Amino acid sequence: MLIQIVLVVVIVAGGLALLRAPGGARNQALRRLGVLALAAFAVVTVLAPTTMTRLAGLVGVGRGTDLLLYGLAVTFFGYTVTSYRRTRLFEEQMTALARGMALTEAAAMQAQAAASAVQEQPRQGDGASR
Amino acid sequence: MVVPLYNEATVVADVITGLRAEFPHVVCVDDASTDGSAALARGAGAVVVQHPVNLGQGAALQTGLTFALADPAMDSVVTFDADGQHQVADARAMVDRLAAEHLDVVLGSRFLDGRTRPGLLKRATLRAAVVQSNLSTGMKLTDAHNGLRALSRQAVQTLNIRQNRMAHASEIVAQLGRSELAWAEHPVHILYTDYTRAKGQSLWNSVNIVTELLHR
Repeated sequence: MLIQIVLVVVIVAGGLALLRAPGGARNQALRRLGVLALAAFAVVTVLAPTTMTRLAGLVGVGRGTDLLLYGLAVTFFGYTVTSYRRTRLFEEQMTALARGMALTEAAAMQAQAAASAVQEQPRQGDGASR
Repeated sequence: MVVPLYNEATVVADVITGLRAEFPHVVCVDDASTDGSAALARGAGAVVVQHPVNLGQGAALQTGLTFALADPAMDSVVTFDADGQHQVADARAMVDRLAAEHLDVVLGSRFLDGRTRPGLLKRATLRAAVVQSNLSTGMKLTDAHNGLRALSRQAVQTLNIRQNRMAHASEIVAQLGRSELAWAEHPVHILYTDYTRAKGQSLWNSVNIVTELLHR
């Protein structure tokens, strides 16, 4: 049936999207278009249920609401994928930030230790130690 | 020595002291421990780099590697666990082998000799990890999840650990597999005590690791 082909193609495309770089204006736009399409779809189902049923019949699905359900499931799947990738991006940014802080602080402490060791040397005369 | 540290106040001072008897440069990356481990490590003579928030062992390792690279005199790094499971003698042998055989990477393996005795379930999980790792990375290892590694400066520059949590070990193997670096495995003894058994990576984590790697 046509719906099976459509669903498999969409699901596989969503899965493949996992492998590509996260973010980007195109991904964001596609996501938003997806949400809008789903909303429009849902409105049509409510206002003109017979239209939906006829459309469903075209692709081999029994009822309009079933078609909406499939659309919802696929959109949800797509949403979890993009949501995960966005979270991944935030995590990478936070890691870079935290690492930068840690290394800057460590370098400052080392410079301070070296400076105070140099200062102590003339008094103690036993060589700097860290 | 790069020692990622998270809440090992009970043993870290001993581990650092043991390391410093053999290696002068010990960097401990404290992953926002909450039990005062950082101060104990510093007291034992390690240079301590502190993460402001907990990021994971992979992130701590990468921070340690980046820190080590900043020292132009550094020509090799050993990654070493803070919980007392690793032996300093093994680290010494691996560094010597790195230089003697002109290798870039020496990976510790607990399955190359009979010293290490993991429990049955743990051994089965580790073996499964090896099969998965060998299939996906192309590197034929006997132990894919060993934290004891000797790395040349070249290897440290090549690595870029982006997996913050426990999937980093697999990521390191995958990156090494894709590179042209010369590597070898070396037998090491992993000491399982009641303390480390209680803290050891739970087997549930294996599920998490595999799903993390799928998402990459």
